[in-house]
Amino acid sequence: MAALTREETEALIQEVLEVYPEKAKKDRTKHLAVNDHEANAKKCITSNRKSLPGVMTIRGCAYAGSKGVVWGPIKDMIHISHGPVGCGQYSRAGRRNYYVGVTGINAFGEMNFTSDFQERDIVFGGDKKLAKLIDEIEELFPLNKGISVQSECPIGLIGDDIEAVSKKATAKFGKTVVPVRCEGFRGVSQSLGHHIANDAIRDWVIGNRDAKEFASTPYDVAIIGDYNIGGDAWSSRILLEEMGLRVVAQWSGDGTLAEMENTPKVKLNLLHCYRSMNYISRHMEEKYGIPWVEYNFFGPTKVEESLRKIATYFDDTIKEGAERVIAKYKAMMDAVIAKYRPRLEGKKVMLYVGGLRPRHVIGAYEDLGMEVVGTGYEFAHNDDYERTVKEMGNATLLYDDVTGFEFEEFVKKVKPDLVGSGIKEKFIFQKMGIPFRQMHSWDYSGPYHGYDGFAIFARDMDMTLNNPCWKTQTPPWKKNDDAAPLAAAA
Amino acid sequence: MANIMIRRSDNGSLSFYLPKKDLEDDIVSLEFDTPERWGGELVLKDGSRWYFDPLETQPRLPITVKAKRVGGEDD
Repeated sequence: MAALTREETEALIQEVLEVYPEKAKKDRTKHLAVNDHEANAKKCITSNRKSLPGVMTIRGCAYAGSKGVVWGPIKDMIHISHGPVGCGQYSRAGRRNYYVGVTGINAFGEMNFTSDFQERDIVFGGDKKLAKLIDEIEELFPLNKGISVQSECPIGLIGDDIEAVSKKATAKFGKTVVPVRCEGFRGVSQSLGHHIANDAIRDWVIGNRDAKEFASTPYDVAIIGDYNIGGDAWSSRILLEEMGLRVVAQWSGDGTLAEMENTPKVKLNLLHCYRSMNYISRHMEEKYGIPWVEYNFFGPTKVEESLRKIATYFDDTIKEGAERVIAKYKAMMDAVIAKYRPRLEGKKVMLYVGGLRPRHVIGAYEDLGMEVVGTGYEFAHNDDYERTVKEMGNATLLYDDVTGFEFEEFVKKVKPDLVGSGIKEKFIFQKMGIPFRQMHSWDYSGPYHGYDGFAIFARDMDMTLNNPCWKTQTPPWKKNDDAAPLAAAA
Repeated sequence: MANIMIRRSDNGSLSFYLPKKDLEDDIVSLEFDTPERWGGELVLKDGSRWYFDPLETQPRLPITVKAKRVGGEDD
């Protein structure tokens, strides 16, 4: 089926909105749009607003943004989920931020540290418990390089002074102890949590080594906003190193406190996830004069573009290095595309993810001859949509903070060949008979970044789309009689 | 009054960023853009106008300044 025209897409949005009560309809209209290259993103779509009560959406909270995304992957720090036990326990190790280290000895990424608040702590305050917890951590896990206190909702509600406890602990142990005010009720989604976490890094970490010597080279860079999901940052890092750059820090997948402290010494910040880490990049630009550049390592076309863009910030050796890397992987990429493109050509994809992926993976799908016909963000802001409008084809669907109902209806009508979203959507669409990939966790596969990642990405898409199971979804008793002997013969 | 950040964007033009609203836009014109006087009223690509007190020298960009919206509702 050919892609929908502008009028058809508009009609589809109207049709889907029809079921809402008047007020909800008015609100949701602003979050759904037909992509228009000419239009101003600010006018065409509203984002970063509170979700409507009564609809199912897929957002997280500020705590999820800070502990789960920004701070959590820093492997040599211990991140205390300060408050009741559930927030930390049910988000533990869920994002597959890979790291090198011995868990429980010098790395703590997969562990859950919590102050396990009880009624008593709510009534009398939890500061004493927090101080005791930090003492215990120091005794049990002496190789930790620092501690962050990730506030859960009650901390803000009862007004605990975690800053004072942190300062005391810093003086006592001589280690970085960071209080993070990322109570879940702040903001409308995890996005504010990213911002709060960035601000905490700015206030408590960034300047720590300003006075210290650092043996720098002209080619120092930092990878910012790569969480190493399934090893993403590693497959990005090798490309940068191959072209002659020195990667000083990885934020924050497989990252360390020392790396973050050394980041102000780099020459260029490479920003992958703009949404979650632009704040700190802007800060470093203002305070240290470090330029930052957004890049995209999904699919060979975008990798090539990004490597050249990064190289423009350096001298000829790096520019040559970029060309060398591109040439080196050219044959491998051609082989991947030659193998999978015929199997995937012309397939349509609908995406609904968060962060950077709704726009970044478009290039990778296009390299495989696939078309992204709808995309949307859980928690984007206006600047994300401005960047997305350019990437998406004209007259495609854009949906911000889509509700479960809307997403299902869109998929029913647009009939994509593949849906890319999260675990909560996965089984709904699979039961509807539509191939599905989790694009948050790469469906426990990955990495998807870089050249090596693209080979895995292409294989995974093929494996899902061309899986024979989609043809066997109709039970035998519902098949018509003509088809039955054929099936038996085959 | 709101804190805004002005930086030089990749295409060489000045870029306006309002963190509170995540509003990022190109600056089309700036009232004073000389070595002795820099600032004043600025117009964004989307047409909205902002004002900040002019500085006496050309600052090193990016720079955070307090600006207020001219015309339209006050933020």
